[in-house]
Amino acid sequence: MNALRQYIDLFNDNRKVIEAGSPAVLNAQRDAALAALHGARLPRKGSEDYEATDLEAVFAPDYGMNLTRIAFGGDATESFRCDVPNMSTCLYTCFNDVIVPGPNAMRNAGGMVVETFKEAATRHPEVLARYGSLAQFDDPTVALNTLLAQDGLLVYVPRGVVAERPLQLVNIFNTTQPLMAVRRVLVVLEDGASARMLVCDHTQSKDVNFLSSQVVEIIAGEDSTFDYYDLEESTPLTHRVSTIYARQARGSNVLIDGITLTNGFTRNNYRVTVDGEHAETTLLGMTVAGDEQHVDTHTLISHNAGLCRSNEMFKYVLGDKAVGAFAGKILIKEGCPRVEAYQGNRNLCASPQARMYTKPQLEIYTDDVKASHGTTIGQLDQEALYYMRTRGISEAEAQRLLMQAFMSDVIDGVRLDVLRDRLHYLVEKRFNGTLASCSSCAEACMVKG
Amino acid sequence: MLQIKDLHASIEGKEILKGVNLTVNPGEVHAIMGPNGSGKSTLSNVLTGHPAYTVTGGEVTFGGKDLLALSPEDRAHEGLFLSFQYPVEIPGVSMVNFMRAAINEKRKYFGQDPLSASDFLKLMREKRAIVELDNKLASRAVNEGFSGGEKKRNEIFQMAMLEPKLSILDETDSGLDIDALRIVASGVNTLKSEDNATIVITHYQRLLDYIKPDFVHVLYKGRIVMSAGPELALELEEKGYDWIKAQIDNE
Repeated sequence: MNALRQYIDLFNDNRKVIEAGSPAVLNAQRDAALAALHGARLPRKGSEDYEATDLEAVFAPDYGMNLTRIAFGGDATESFRCDVPNMSTCLYTCFNDVIVPGPNAMRNAGGMVVETFKEAATRHPEVLARYGSLAQFDDPTVALNTLLAQDGLLVYVPRGVVAERPLQLVNIFNTTQPLMAVRRVLVVLEDGASARMLVCDHTQSKDVNFLSSQVVEIIAGEDSTFDYYDLEESTPLTHRVSTIYARQARGSNVLIDGITLTNGFTRNNYRVTVDGEHAETTLLGMTVAGDEQHVDTHTLISHNAGLCRSNEMFKYVLGDKAVGAFAGKILIKEGCPRVEAYQGNRNLCASPQARMYTKPQLEIYTDDVKASHGTTIGQLDQEALYYMRTRGISEAEAQRLLMQAFMSDVIDGVRLDVLRDRLHYLVEKRFNGTLASCSSCAEACMVKG
Repeated sequence: MLQIKDLHASIEGKEILKGVNLTVNPGEVHAIMGPNGSGKSTLSNVLTGHPAYTVTGGEVTFGGKDLLALSPEDRAHEGLFLSFQYPVEIPGVSMVNFMRAAINEKRKYFGQDPLSASDFLKLMREKRAIVELDNKLASRAVNEGFSGGEKKRNEIFQMAMLEPKLSILDETDSGLDIDALRIVASGVNTLKSEDNATIVITHYQRLLDYIKPDFVHVLYKGRIVMSAGPELALELEEKGYDWIKAQIDNE
């Protein structure tokens, strides 16, 4: 059994339909993607870099796909309010896999160009031409995404433009039938450009199986600045396989922050390539998982130039029977002096059944660098718990305060004030059980009607 | 207020307390002294309910209740307070959130509504003054980066906030310079009333110059082997513990 087979068959049977609904630049990649998938297999649990994660099982079910580009009923922006409200009026919603701009999105883009790939194909073809320039087909899930992608969102920040308002993209699953969404984002920042983006993944239909295949490409020009926050609040039946690529030119500053508060199965890959000197990379991650949630993170930061800094910190709090995994590699190539690269992965297992798998790696081919990695897996500090209890704080409340405290530094690393405050609040809700899963957060989600 | 009868306790299978008897009444100050390893800190940890210690015999009543049957948090609600010898640093938990949780859980225990934000901050301000605790410390994480003296002042600040019936000060004088000692001691004295009581655990007479005990007890080998008035502390300061050790070991 090879789960890829059904997707390849689906593509071969429907190639005309898929290509008819897609811009040419997407179609131009499909042959290479198909070739890469020939004979490929999705990793099974236990294979290299998939010690705890079975992708074959995730892709095996027969999810439906929206090949004919049906615009799903209802105005998503009207029916849904995200957990991070009032942050931006430059709001786009991806309703299953169809992108809809919010009411004032265009007006509030502030010099940024935000377009669907279809719009960009005619308005900014020269920018859209960079689609697929970072994605690598050695990962079959990326090849599969490229094989099937029909649209996506282009964020283009022209030279020197500083977009004041953050851009928000809300991905929503809401159908009565199982669905696979193929989502794609391309971010192009020209030299000196600056922008911030928040992506929120939500699932409204809690009893339906979903698979979201996401590939994000971020091309950061010289001295550009870009923040990308990726917040998942989905359901136990939502499966997400995401790969974020970033390529940084000289002097650029990129922050990528992956946050998982509620989910089912999540595999997040981060591939950052630093090509120019004086570039700075911040990679942050925070996972709170309970029940049987599964969150697997895989990171690779490649330093191809000297005098760069990268800082990476992923934190997990696992309860119940949750499984977490982290594998992170820092690669410093030959001839990259005075790179500073730090990686940390700190984990709390709050229940005896929770499992954390972690694998830090450094691969260094230049002498004159500073690099370190540190990994810890532990339980809550028993002395701190006792101290708090002697002050009258119940054990449950003390545990909650300690877990929240554990996350505070990664939350404080968020450079968007509104989001940072909101995250403190959401994480508090998550720990006191009022955000146990998206199904119980109706109050926060405010699904109308 | 507190009656300890023939209390035995052990940690990791090793018996530390071997039959402690002690009665404390409202308004009293008791000093417990004794050589290293005699069980002084064990006694305070057993009374507050440290999970690492096992009570193997005896009983303790506090305000008429079976203290040993209560969880550490309920012991606190009932009015027991321990000023730690080594206050614990809790990175990421601010003093404000920590104290608010403590105060409001106590109020909940007694069926009261949580304190409003402004009332709470007012209370913090008022109590902070008792131990001259800087506002900056109150906004930082619990004990994190506090100096030795600041940690101990922070303990007395928490005591002031929680208004316990019985406070146990476990070597509150250790690590304090003269000025800090005076501030801490005057804080304790300010909080003293006819309705509450204090147990001072210390190695030295020094602290007892500031916090005057009504009774002085010597704990040795897990038992209180001698009890007398404040003059005993002076005698110990002068002669050390050897004469008591010799006396007990010969028995």
